[in-house]
Amino acid sequence: MDSASDVLSWILLALGGGFVFVGGLGALRLPNFYTRMHAASLTDSMASILILLGIMLQAGWSLAAIKLLAILAFLLLTGPTASYALANAALLSGLKPGSSADESKEN
Amino acid sequence: MYYIVSIAILITMALALARALLGPSVYDRVLAVNMFGTKTTLLLSVIAFLYGRPDFLDLALTYALINFIGVLAVLEFFQSRSIRRVNNRVDGN
Amino acid sequence: MVILFAVFLLTLLVLTAVAIVRTENLFVAVMLTGIFSLLMAANFFVLDAADVALTEAAIGAGITTVLFLGALALTAEHEKSVSAGRWLSMGVVIVTTLVLIYATFDKPRLGDPQAPVHLHVAPWYLDKTPEIIGIPNVVTAVLGSFRGYDTLGELFVVFTACIGVLFILSGRRGRHLPSNGRASSSTDQGLGHHLIPKVVGRLLIPFIVLFGFYVQFHGEYGPGGGFQAGAIVAAGIILYALLEGETQALKAVPLPALMGMVVGGAMLYGAVGIAGIVLGGNFLDYSVLADNPVTGQQIGILIIELGVGIAVCGALLSIFHAFAAREPS
Repeated sequence: MDSASDVLSWILLALGGGFVFVGGLGALRLPNFYTRMHAASLTDSMASILILLGIMLQAGWSLAAIKLLAILAFLLLTGPTASYALANAALLSGLKPGSSADESKEN
Repeated sequence: MYYIVSIAILITMALALARALLGPSVYDRVLAVNMFGTKTTLLLSVIAFLYGRPDFLDLALTYALINFIGVLAVLEFFQSRSIRRVNNRVDGN
Repeated sequence: MVILFAVFLLTLLVLTAVAIVRTENLFVAVMLTGIFSLLMAANFFVLDAADVALTEAAIGAGITTVLFLGALALTAEHEKSVSAGRWLSMGVVIVTTLVLIYATFDKPRLGDPQAPVHLHVAPWYLDKTPEIIGIPNVVTAVLGSFRGYDTLGELFVVFTACIGVLFILSGRRGRHLPSNGRASSSTDQGLGHHLIPKVVGRLLIPFIVLFGFYVQFHGEYGPGGGFQAGAIVAAGIILYALLEGETQALKAVPLPALMGMVVGGAMLYGAVGIAGIVLGGNFLDYSVLADNPVTGQQIGILIIELGVGIAVCGALLSIFHAFAAREPS
């Protein structure tokens, strides 16, 4: 039983690490602000869920697991909200989605 | 096991920093700072378990809450700045 | 492995610092300062200094960014370029850097077990804390009891900073009322008409304040204490001010209450010290506060941490309101 949960948390942590790296790479390489936001929000939600679940399996039933659950809940609550607010602010100030390359918009 | 994940998160932090340094528009930089904050939260959680000190998770919890406040403050700043610009334009005309 | 993490984080730190200095847009500099503070907190954490990392997290990432943005809203966003005297300042910086690097050659290596601090002071604290004070977190024991005088000084430095900022910024309060028909001041409405951040923020504020209280009272068992807790509670109320507008936040926690908190917290600390004298010991000697000296120490540390937390929270909120209340000219 122990080794099964170890293998499972290994897989979750490896997948989470992969998602984090892909999200970071996307935030660097994608051409436009809104597409970069897609990549960054990937790290906020999917990678956090996988990594924190992987660690929770290692922690067992303890106070640490409850704290990790709280961290996950707050990250899932605030991450998408921050993305929404940022995209809203960018849209309202005139940054247009769909342009393929960056205009140098130094507001 | 934890080492690989922490290395992946550290590399992503470097990528986010690159975006913060490069990003042509101001919103790219805010996006990079927000991403950096959540990566720091994850890094602190992983390293807390790497060191075998689960009571350090309070720091990760603090960051998860405080990062949000920083981003909202930035947006408030943008909004007040755009209202000021509108007012200045109205006054100037 | 710790070395690898620390070197990587420090390299990122140097890159960020160079970028902060080189950029001319002050808003970019503020964002990069946020990243700088996050890197410092991660660095402290990797070096196993949890209390310091928590303080850096609470104050550097959230509150400092908010205050810098408040200052930016009142001034310009682009740095004025200065071209005179550059070579002289570059020379001074290089000479100082070389002198400092030369001075570090005399230091013992990081973590050297034969260093004087590890042979004399640290083992004494680690041995004596369980028998004199009896709490698990040695950092709080040192901060609150063994070096309580220093912490009293720190608290009064925070108090003085708050008073200084209020002297400088509160002068023009009278001109704040809008007199013409333009749109109401932007800080009055806050982000109120954005529904999603408002709802999520309202959900979060009680948790942030509750977490601040947890950090305050848990400071004897884990990382925490008064400074961190005050910053976290202040951050929660600043979130409320950002969402609902500054006038609402002033109705919730009015300015006289904030001044009362700042003064009350500092005086609470001093009162514990004087209580030590009155009950027969020295100034800030907590052993005389109860029948059992160990219980007296714990009660003393609890009360002074409470004083520190209240004062820091009041100070940060007063400074925030002082920034937010001024209209840019």
